[in-house]
Amino acid sequence: MVCGFIRLCCVVGLVMALLIGYASAADKELIGAGATFPYPLYSKMFDVYSREYGVKVNYQAIGSGGGIRQLINKTVDFGGSDAIMGVEDTKAAAAAVLHIPICAGAVVLTYNLPGNPEVNFTAHIISDIFMGKITKWNDARIIAINKNAKIPDLPITVVHRSDGSGTTFVFSDYLSKVDSDWNGKVGKGTALNWPVGLGAKGNPGVAGLVKQTPGSIGYVELIYALQNKMSFGNVKNRKGLFIKPTLASTSAAANTRLPDDMRVSLTDSDSPQAYPITSFTWILAYRDQAYGNRTQDKANDLVKLLWWMTHQGQKYAEPMEYAALSPNAVTKAEALIKSITYQGKPVMR
Amino acid sequence: MESKRSVPRSFSKALPDGETVSCQSCRRLAVRYSRFALSEPAFRKTLTLSAVAVVVLLAGIFCSLLYASFPALQAMGFRFFIGTTWDPVTGEFGALPFVMGTLLTSFLALVISTFFSLPIAIFLGEYYRYGVVSSLVKTGIELLAGIPSVIYGFWGLFFLVPIVRALQLQVGAPPYGVGILTASCILAIMIIPYSASLGREMIALVPSDLKEAALSLGATRFEMVRKVILPYARSGIFAGILLSLGRALGETMAVTMVIGNANFIPKSLFAPANTMASIIANEFTEATGTIYLASLIEIALLLFVVTMIINLVGKFIVSRLRVEV
Repeated sequence: MVCGFIRLCCVVGLVMALLIGYASAADKELIGAGATFPYPLYSKMFDVYSREYGVKVNYQAIGSGGGIRQLINKTVDFGGSDAIMGVEDTKAAAAAVLHIPICAGAVVLTYNLPGNPEVNFTAHIISDIFMGKITKWNDARIIAINKNAKIPDLPITVVHRSDGSGTTFVFSDYLSKVDSDWNGKVGKGTALNWPVGLGAKGNPGVAGLVKQTPGSIGYVELIYALQNKMSFGNVKNRKGLFIKPTLASTSAAANTRLPDDMRVSLTDSDSPQAYPITSFTWILAYRDQAYGNRTQDKANDLVKLLWWMTHQGQKYAEPMEYAALSPNAVTKAEALIKSITYQGKPVMR
Repeated sequence: MESKRSVPRSFSKALPDGETVSCQSCRRLAVRYSRFALSEPAFRKTLTLSAVAVVVLLAGIFCSLLYASFPALQAMGFRFFIGTTWDPVTGEFGALPFVMGTLLTSFLALVISTFFSLPIAIFLGEYYRYGVVSSLVKTGIELLAGIPSVIYGFWGLFFLVPIVRALQLQVGAPPYGVGILTASCILAIMIIPYSASLGREMIALVPSDLKEAALSLGATRFEMVRKVILPYARSGIFAGILLSLGRALGETMAVTMVIGNANFIPKSLFAPANTMASIIANEFTEATGTIYLASLIEIALLLFVVTMIINLVGKFIVSRLRVEV
């Protein structure tokens, strides 16, 4: 019986110790949730940051929509998103939410054709393929801009994302901007009412289906295509040049006039070197940090982290095949971070 | 016949020495834990509480789904159930393609799986009840039930899809590889263990005197299986099939990987489609906007109700099939 009592004490003590340990660790911990696209880069950045500054950052890659919901419910310190917050969400958040860009990404067209030719696309051709109007690879319009490539006589199988995704948002945002027909019939969103094609889950699902199906075409994130050595096509940009998607041509999309709030879609950029299907990925945070039971310390930690991510942290982007922020984007981000307040007073001095 | 007689004999042998041992340890346990021992009424209360908790939980899930899907019910009304367009951009939500996809894949899977699960059940329940062969097959089936569904999905994507695509090329259908048929095949394999195990139990439970009577009248073993075992065990076998149907209706991951996720009402067995579980899994994480989220939850509610209806109908059939001897 004595033995039992001691054992009970041990267990209770252990649980208490864990709870206390957790509570004290929580002071130096920031919690974030959201987009899956920048997750590998964020986890690298947060790992380095916690070793350098002793602030742990816990980021859950639950998707942009989930990140925005958690931020609105105020259960996280910051959200991650590949899309700008919509009107309804902005209303639900009640307070001002800042969009701070961290890096840029591109969406590429990947296809399965014999001999892996480098295919050129224009916005209208992409739109018509994904709406089911162009059904053959040797369509006269495709042949006309691909005189040097060997385009076979194959039916086109369209593959799109079945899960709601920032990738789909960027892709459809581009097509809505440049093709009025797409804008009217399909529109833009994280999930769409696709007129044709097969849905596959995640980048791996799309890649898997495209690899298996001869004559198929799908869209995936640039980093995913690079890491998996997939073939992808060039897209004609606003200046009329066919641009190969690379990290440089992705970063170049931000070499344009950017608004102060950075709630900007980079698709169809007017920069001559820019690949047109490009987007920032943002960290979302409330402008005024004094909400709920948040302390001044927490606000300081968050601001320091954001500053680090947009400056020193940027050097981790390129090695991990993310496009770093262009200098003018960093300047805009600095202004946004400086505008964060705690009870009306700026956090950063 | 032999097994029936041997059971009581070995039992009576084991009793005399077994009794003293078990009683001693019983008493020791009783003394040691007497402080914690439950009184009869308290024990009964605990049991009642657990039983009631399950019902309360079920009702709670139903109510919370109903509550959370209220905005969609209000906005879409009855159109939700008959609509065929699912457009998150314009906010038009119709669930009919998903209901069709779910029912079609599940019932097709059920038909395919029954061709395998019933013979397995007879094989293990009647022909090879004991021995190496039996335990090998039994373990194999149990392992089949233990494989995570994402593995089934990947296996389907890389093994089954090319086979179906070759078949589609043969018959001149668009060579997608993914679709209703592929999803049903994967589901069929996944649900075999459930109906086979329960079927085996039921067949093994058929009283020996009935079987012996049939044999003594000159029936062959096949005739005995057909005329005695299957009629006697049919309600149990059907209950097993019902259990596996429940699993097929709710299966998400494996199906979503091979069904093609096209939000249309399927026009053929080869056509890509989508199911209720898979649209929820696909779109819930990124869903923004009240109506959109509520519509996804309403699909969950619909799946809940559809599963319940099928179960109730199944229960009714099971009760009608029961044979009193």
